[in-house]
Amino acid sequence: MSQAIASDPDTAAPAQAAAGGALITAVTSGKGGVGKTFVTANLAAALARQGERVLVLDADLGLANLDVVLNLYPKLTLHDVFTGQARLEDAILPAPGGFSVLLAGSGMIEYSRLTPTVRDQLQDVIHRVRPRFDRVLLDTGAGISDVVLYTISLADEILIVCTPEPTSLTDAYATIKVLATTQPRRLIRLLVNQVQRPGEARAIRKQLQLVVDRFVNSGLDLPVMIELLGEVPFDPTVRESVLKRELLLEGAPGSPAAQAIVAAAAKHLAG
Amino acid sequence: MDPHAGAQSPHPAGVALPRGLNPEVALQLLQQSGHAALPGEPMSDAWLQALIDALVDLSSRDALTGLNNRRSFELALAREIDRVARSGEPALLLTLDIDHFKKVNDTHGHAAGDLVIQAVARALAETVRPMDLVARVGGEEFSIVLPNCPPAFGPQVAERIRKRVARHPVEIAPGESVVATVSVGGAFAPQWVRTTARLWMDRTDLQLYRAKSEGRNRCCLEPTAVPLVSAEEKGLLFASSSFQDLT
Repeated sequence: MSQAIASDPDTAAPAQAAAGGALITAVTSGKGGVGKTFVTANLAAALARQGERVLVLDADLGLANLDVVLNLYPKLTLHDVFTGQARLEDAILPAPGGFSVLLAGSGMIEYSRLTPTVRDQLQDVIHRVRPRFDRVLLDTGAGISDVVLYTISLADEILIVCTPEPTSLTDAYATIKVLATTQPRRLIRLLVNQVQRPGEARAIRKQLQLVVDRFVNSGLDLPVMIELLGEVPFDPTVRESVLKRELLLEGAPGSPAAQAIVAAAAKHLAG
Repeated sequence: MDPHAGAQSPHPAGVALPRGLNPEVALQLLQQSGHAALPGEPMSDAWLQALIDALVDLSSRDALTGLNNRRSFELALAREIDRVARSGEPALLLTLDIDHFKKVNDTHGHAAGDLVIQAVARALAETVRPMDLVARVGGEEFSIVLPNCPPAFGPQVAERIRKRVARHPVEIAPGESVVATVSVGGAFAPQWVRTTARLWMDRTDLQLYRAKSEGRNRCCLEPTAVPLVSAEEKGLLFASSSFQDLT
């Protein structure tokens, strides 16, 4: 009996996975429309170029658009895995850029709320992909819903993508605040997209840290620290590549935005 | 008049006695449930209509408490899901469970248990708005559907209900009272999204479970997506940038 379980590739050795498997990063933003999926996909491509085995998991259940960004229309998706109609390995697809994706697919709207079933299934999928990759990026949904918070809780680290816009900063701050009070997470990484002048992200990180220190950390035993992973400059090439539905790193690898993402990936790899 | 006459031929004015309906049994059921006498001449249109209305009402109520029963609760829930999907109005579902109810039954007997259930039912019905639907969905479990309830009010509403129950001891025998408390779980329907009754109830049950495991006599609502960032926090957040907070 136990032998049968051990030989099943889907259930084999999940225990060791936590220790030796992929580093799982949840990419989230609070507000939508800040380029979270764009950053996630290109960061994945940049990491893959460094020889990492990277999986992007579309955890934006119900409102997925990673498929749109990557121009992929898979027959099998996470939805089929959840409903038992596909095996996990059949739903993991190669994406342009040299990484793998697991797309949510339509029909996930019923999963956009955190029920015990959804919780178990998400955890199970993340558990099973961990041993097969070096890096897993979870592209979470916009907002701070229970599913987003739960997805984040399954990750080893969190990356918040924001832009310098006040609404985006407010939502990024709100996300940090919620995470600080609901999860034992003390390091939060930040990537600022669409910056207008070099060094803007540093100023934003500093200001966010200041507000967190004043209003959040004062009530915590261990302070939440915000670390800057990088800044991506506003770059018209990004819009062009998004409209062409190709990865920036593929279509315009020399563009300032692409180089900034490569730099962020290098920093991410360095730890 | 032959009480069965209507069963054979449709009533000329349009109110037909449904085939197979025995008015005598129906009347007995109504009397037993404390229903007032039906108006009009027996077997007249008005009388038949009142009989049917009373039966419909009876079949949607819980016998012990007079609240809506599980059947009418599920109907109301489905209707509310339709409305939320169409209008985007926030709607709250609460599920309540009497704490340590088994102990009441074991210590004071089932008659006392019934009195507690009835008292809690009254407290619930008296605490909500007329548009809200209160139902007894199981032994000591109740559900309340609250249409058009803004997320910010959710915790207050749930707390008001919990306190109302806890503050009114139930007299189970002359001079003998027990204090009943309830645990409350709640979740809002996802706005604009057509959820299912099962998923919505699943989510509220999860919160009820949380309330129970955190010590009972408390309310747990699924956290809503909008955490508050105060004006003061925003002020500091934008202090060094060129952006000014307009709110």
